[in-house]
Amino acid sequence: MSLNSLVEIRDLNFTYDKRPVLQGINMTFPKGKLVAIMGLSGCGKTTLLRHIGGALKPTKGYVKMDGQVMHELDQDGLYAMRRKMGMLFQFGALFTDMSVYDNVAFQMREHTELPEEIIHDLVIMKLHAVGLRGAQHMMPSELSGGMARRVALARTVALDPMLIMYDEPFAGLDPISLTVIGDLIRRLNDALGATSIIVTHDIQESLKIVDYVYFMANGVIVAEGTPDELRASDKDFVRQFVHGEMDGPVPFHYPGVDYRQDLNLRA
Amino acid sequence: MAVTNIIRAIGRRVVDAVWRIGVVARFFFLTLIYSGSCFRRFHLIIKELFSTGVMSLIIIVVAGLFVGMVLGLQGYETLKRYGSESALGVMVALSLVREMGPVVAALLFASRAGSAMTAEIGLMKATEQISAMEMMAVNPIARIVAPRFWAGVISMPFLAAMFSAVGIFGGYLVGVVQIGVDEGSFWSQMQAAVDFREDIMNGIIKSLVFGTVVTLIALFEGFDAPPTAEGVSGATTRTVVTSSLAILMLDFVLTAIMFRGA
Repeated sequence: MSLNSLVEIRDLNFTYDKRPVLQGINMTFPKGKLVAIMGLSGCGKTTLLRHIGGALKPTKGYVKMDGQVMHELDQDGLYAMRRKMGMLFQFGALFTDMSVYDNVAFQMREHTELPEEIIHDLVIMKLHAVGLRGAQHMMPSELSGGMARRVALARTVALDPMLIMYDEPFAGLDPISLTVIGDLIRRLNDALGATSIIVTHDIQESLKIVDYVYFMANGVIVAEGTPDELRASDKDFVRQFVHGEMDGPVPFHYPGVDYRQDLNLRA
Repeated sequence: MAVTNIIRAIGRRVVDAVWRIGVVARFFFLTLIYSGSCFRRFHLIIKELFSTGVMSLIIIVVAGLFVGMVLGLQGYETLKRYGSESALGVMVALSLVREMGPVVAALLFASRAGSAMTAEIGLMKATEQISAMEMMAVNPIARIVAPRFWAGVISMPFLAAMFSAVGIFGGYLVGVVQIGVDEGSFWSQMQAAVDFREDIMNGIIKSLVFGTVVTLIALFEGFDAPPTAEGVSGATTRTVVTSSLAILMLDFVLTAIMFRGA
């Protein structure tokens, strides 16, 4: 494992119900960098993220994080490794029976022996960083989608993880919230000196903030490069994806029987 | 061919049922194994005691009162035929302490608190809260399941006792205040006939068993629910149906063991 990379994925294969979901994935996530994994819905992005988090075991190959092969760890080892990670879920996954403050304080109370006064200061600082110090007493049901995502972000970085994973952080956000979240992801990554992995299909917002991109389709990597390289790419798939074109290697129609046959028309 | 298919379908159902029992047993043992942390942080159990126990009090008290009043009326009508109206207090108390208290309180507990637990955990799963907890290196069985499990086990005997106490008061209102059964006989015969070990302790044991089973079913169904609206609603229904049947079945078994020949 390279000294400069925090996560390495080598020849990762995963089969679910006899269907290959990931095939021969090789990726490297350098320390301090923000890397995006992009692709259409159902291409295996989230499955890949779950392998990095140790929630799934590969059929073949491995994910190595901080020198440890994730699927070889026992539960204690896995939990020790997860304490070095933070993950932002698609819709925040805030604990609905806890206030904003308690959500952010959750990991500190679970994993540290810090006195409540210090936890208070840390929570306030984390909430201040995402601009929601004033919402500390609110319940998750009182937050908008963008605010919930920002609280979840504060909770994700509560213990200053070395790896931060984002699962579709831009899904369902209005344009202002989208820019705010994108900016926060970049700033938090740089401020914490962390390594970040963003799984997304929001191409325009991601290309503004990431250092490197992997494109996936049907469980394999079809393209990779820096944002500038991808913008200039002449590969059909990348062009179709980056420019949101209808025509290209990704068909508009889901595979099915012949149209005329479906309409009971004779040739 | 058709016969083979039927046998195969039956076999599959039996295997599935045995597999599910195994999964529930594993879930139960994991809950016990990971219970240590919630006892060290007892405030987690107290919080759940409030939502499962205290919040169930109103339905338990109201139901207990009416059940006791009905027992008072029906008991009086039956005992009057044999000239034993003075034994009304004994009949009401023994019916409640031995049977009605633990059983009806458990049925109400399953419908009110059990269904709420299943729906809450099922929704936590559907909204990825449980996955988020796992990704934070916090064991959801230790943090979510164990405190709720012990809150259910602890609160059930208290709810059953409350049900019986209010039910006896309901029987007193109807029997003594309304119908006019002698108050002295009502209370003194009750005091003489109700045995602490034979009746009250057995009632407490029953309610502990029911509390354990209902809470376990509710938590397991929530944890096992498919993360969809349909999945959560199905799990909630299964909790009420399975718990109710389990309570009635176990009540027969426990009664047969406890009171055979007594």
